[in-house]
Amino acid sequence: MKLREWLIAFLTLLFGRVWRRREERRARKRIVPAGSPERRAETVVVILLAIASLFALGFIVTYAMFGPEQLPNELLGICLGMAMAFIGAAFTVMAKKLVVTEELEEDYPEEHPEEQEKVAQIIEESGSRITRKRLLMGAGAVTAGSLGLAAVTPALSLGPIWDTGPLDESPWRRGMRLVDEDDHLYRASDVDEKTFYTAFPEGVDKEDLAAAVVMVRLDPRALHLPKGREHWAPYGIVAYSKICTHAGCAIALYRKPTFAPVEPRPALVCPCHYSTFDPATGASVIYGPAGRPLPQLPLMVDGSGYLRAGGNFSERIGPGWWNVRSQPS
Amino acid sequence: MSTDPIQDPIRFIDERTAAAPMLRKGLRYLFPDHWSFLLGEVALYCFIILIATGVYLALFFDPSTAKTVYHGAYNELRGREMSAAYKSVLDISFRYKAGLLIRQTHHWAADLFIAAMVIHLMRVFFTGAFRKPRELTWLLGLLLLFTSLLEGYLGYSLVDDLLSGMGLAIGYGVGLSIPIIGGPMTLAIFGAPFPGKDIFWGRMYIAHVFIIPLLLFALIGGHLTLVALRHHTQFRRSERQTQRKLVGVPLFPGQAPRSLALMFFVFAVLFLLGGLMQINPIWQWGPFEPYWGTNGAQPDWYLGWLIGALRLMPSFDVTISHFTLIPNPFWGGVAFPLVVLGVLATFPWIERKLTRDHSVHNLADRPRDAPNRTAFGVAFLSWVFLIFAFGAADRILVLWDIGYNTQLYIFRVAIWVVPAILFFVTRRWCRALRLADTIDELHEAAEHAAEYDATMRRGAGEARTQPVR
Amino acid sequence: MSRPRAITILAATLTLGLVAVAEAQPPSGIVRPTTEPARPTLELGAELYAGNCASCHGIAGSGISSPRPGAADIAGQGPPLRGVGALAADFYLRMGFMPLPEAHREPERDRVLFTDKEIRSLVSYVASLGPGPGIPHPDLRRGTIQDGLKLFTDHCAGCHQIVGRGGFATGARIPPLQGVTPTEIAEAVRTGPYLMPRFSKSQISDVQLDSLIHYVLSTKDPDNHGGWGIGNLGPIPEGMVAWWIGIPLLIVACMLVGRRLHS
Repeated sequence: MKLREWLIAFLTLLFGRVWRRREERRARKRIVPAGSPERRAETVVVILLAIASLFALGFIVTYAMFGPEQLPNELLGICLGMAMAFIGAAFTVMAKKLVVTEELEEDYPEEHPEEQEKVAQIIEESGSRITRKRLLMGAGAVTAGSLGLAAVTPALSLGPIWDTGPLDESPWRRGMRLVDEDDHLYRASDVDEKTFYTAFPEGVDKEDLAAAVVMVRLDPRALHLPKGREHWAPYGIVAYSKICTHAGCAIALYRKPTFAPVEPRPALVCPCHYSTFDPATGASVIYGPAGRPLPQLPLMVDGSGYLRAGGNFSERIGPGWWNVRSQPS
Repeated sequence: MSTDPIQDPIRFIDERTAAAPMLRKGLRYLFPDHWSFLLGEVALYCFIILIATGVYLALFFDPSTAKTVYHGAYNELRGREMSAAYKSVLDISFRYKAGLLIRQTHHWAADLFIAAMVIHLMRVFFTGAFRKPRELTWLLGLLLLFTSLLEGYLGYSLVDDLLSGMGLAIGYGVGLSIPIIGGPMTLAIFGAPFPGKDIFWGRMYIAHVFIIPLLLFALIGGHLTLVALRHHTQFRRSERQTQRKLVGVPLFPGQAPRSLALMFFVFAVLFLLGGLMQINPIWQWGPFEPYWGTNGAQPDWYLGWLIGALRLMPSFDVTISHFTLIPNPFWGGVAFPLVVLGVLATFPWIERKLTRDHSVHNLADRPRDAPNRTAFGVAFLSWVFLIFAFGAADRILVLWDIGYNTQLYIFRVAIWVVPAILFFVTRRWCRALRLADTIDELHEAAEHAAEYDATMRRGAGEARTQPVR
Repeated sequence: MSRPRAITILAATLTLGLVAVAEAQPPSGIVRPTTEPARPTLELGAELYAGNCASCHGIAGSGISSPRPGAADIAGQGPPLRGVGALAADFYLRMGFMPLPEAHREPERDRVLFTDKEIRSLVSYVASLGPGPGIPHPDLRRGTIQDGLKLFTDHCAGCHQIVGRGGFATGARIPPLQGVTPTEIAEAVRTGPYLMPRFSKSQISDVQLDSLIHYVLSTKDPDNHGGWGIGNLGPIPEGMVAWWIGIPLLIVACMLVGRRLHS
């Protein structure tokens, strides 16, 4: 008798917690309702995951098999993409067959008018020791404002905010020779009619926005340049800033009529928004959204026949901003 | 003594964080029915891929404008001078295995991230889910959308290829066009006139990989928190669903595998696109120089509305004596997007004012239930869409031989006339649908009444054969 | 087989046969002599010119600057051809740019209405009108594709698009460049058809032209190792893929995964 009691006591001590817990668990009320088992769906999920794994391995194998230049991008993408797709499919099967989809109700969260009042009350009552609220708030505002300004001040070092001089600058000076992209000097005799050229000032960084000009040769009789520019176009060669005055793209198009009676006159066109400029009239805008003509570079020909700038541009180059129409220095 | 693989970790966490009640609530958070509520999740999963692929790309990208000469695998560019940034993207595309897949997946994910947000926005708008108490969620969502536009723009501009370089020049021009402050402001950001100081590339880079993603994380966190705090709206599809009571599927176990499935499907679509559809083949464009241009240069689709607007504008600058107050690009590049953002952002309050409805709304409208809102939404969308469509007018000319100037005049009229027409047509249509619904309801009610009547009378011993009106 | 059915089949065959015969005849609109010599000759060229070109380009290529109603109600107007040389004639004829149905229309690639013999005859005739450039002979052993891409970016991409897919310039619809021969490329560059600039040897040397030709020929089959090239046009087709393939797929995924309430 005693031995059996001892044995039962011992076993109960050892396993009783687990037994009781399982009993408790079995006895407690279910939160998530039970659902029927779906062995077939489980198998499908395993198969889908297996296929996904194969694709994932396929990715690794494809990566390893080919050198960088032969590696077919499509194959890599298919392997990884299909691996993902099959995992997604596995989860879909799980969602539809292997978990219980309950429809539960819940109250939408409400407002809490009492709590709102309490919060307001806490804040109000905390001010019991303050007599001159407005003065303190004003002082706080001034401090916050000045500290905020101080915090923002280092941003002025980002760039020349106060000095917009760089926007006005241009590397062109009177006498500078014109070169092409490969630094070959332009002679006036190199410049044909019916085509267009890109030119830069000799010895200047070509990425300078004000450096690039587009150059065309027109029949001198067809020129109607603005007043004061009569001598800017030797032999009918005109040069304008290549940077569109609308938003800053390069004027990369030129059209010339093969048969003038039925075809439009020569024009420089920008490929971004199709602003169109007439080189015969000082690159005035004849189509498109640009608000300003292209600045003109005066040209002259030196004793050896090389093209040289006769001075700076007629106005500031590039897209418009506050000071863009001010006379350049 | 015995270990329980489920209970023990939970006890571990709760002992240290007291989070068990929150866990319980979180596991049983209710999700609404209907697939259209999943569109926001789709955007989120695109974002996850953006982060994952972005981290990878950041390990290979060199944000440097230093000039170098290319001697790599792509034949057509051998011997060409280019920036180190452009070269590093060529290397990602040609030299590093799987680099091109990750790069293309990243770009497709960006395009689809914004597209998903746009459809999600449309769902929220047309079901009135932006109304009180969800206005803040709406505002955060708008901020997310517009910040993502900037993020995408910076991302593809970092590559320094011919196409994106032209786009960056236009960004410079649009910045300059902001009245009065545009010049100093843009000069400060770029550091120098376009193409800017070398450090500008570093600024774009750190904004794209750190500052803006941090902001996006915060906005997404805020957006999702607000959604969870207030719970989703729901369509009134059963008697149980009311303004007070939400009926839905709990996160665990019902919704979790669904969301995970959707996540993997999104990943699948993105990687399949990244593998099968070439996007932004920058080796074909070549490197950028400020004095080069190509025809047919376009921004990514989500900025197409801006190029359309810029091209539609007639030629004028607003000047005061010799000061240029409003350069031309301002209208299409700044005013237009600000108007769109402004209208969308203030719409919850405008609608409140116009309908004098200040109550809380937890039930989603069917679009037909709010004819004025739906009509306005369709009209507004068509306005933006037509401006966007004109941005492709040059390709429409090449494809279908419709004159560019002809299109210009047609679109300048259409962008005002078509939305007006669509407003009235849509409103009419909504009202007609509602009328049809009401008639259906009355019919049903009449039938039920007739059945009830017949049952009662049968029960009382009399059978009536005439239908009750 | 029944009688009505046999008659139907016979009738159908005859009709189709007639159509085939009709197609085999020379296209209408071209005036040609009833007998042509076996080889290209200057006389044939002169005859063809008189019948098809003079109404716009004038007698002996003198050009007509103001429109004059001519034969078949064509208001003739066209540039002089004296001195344009064999190069221009060969180009415009082989591309199908000429004959141009209406003077104000942009010449575009079209079906070539003359036979090769007729083209050679016309070319020799136009060349005889005055001294002008001959047909170029590009040498593809010279030049490199790398130089070609750089030159194309400098001079051509602004109109023709960087991968030669064509585009727009105010007043012109610019053609894509796939499917043109080296000679045609050289001729186009040297003559500058319609609104296109004319690039002489001092601007683009013959070797540089060969490089350009290498590049233009390569645009037929660009390096699309990222997958489907979707037109090599950039963001427009890419946006279409995002909205018409990507988004529908994602919406389908949502519909697959989402569910309606059942209660």
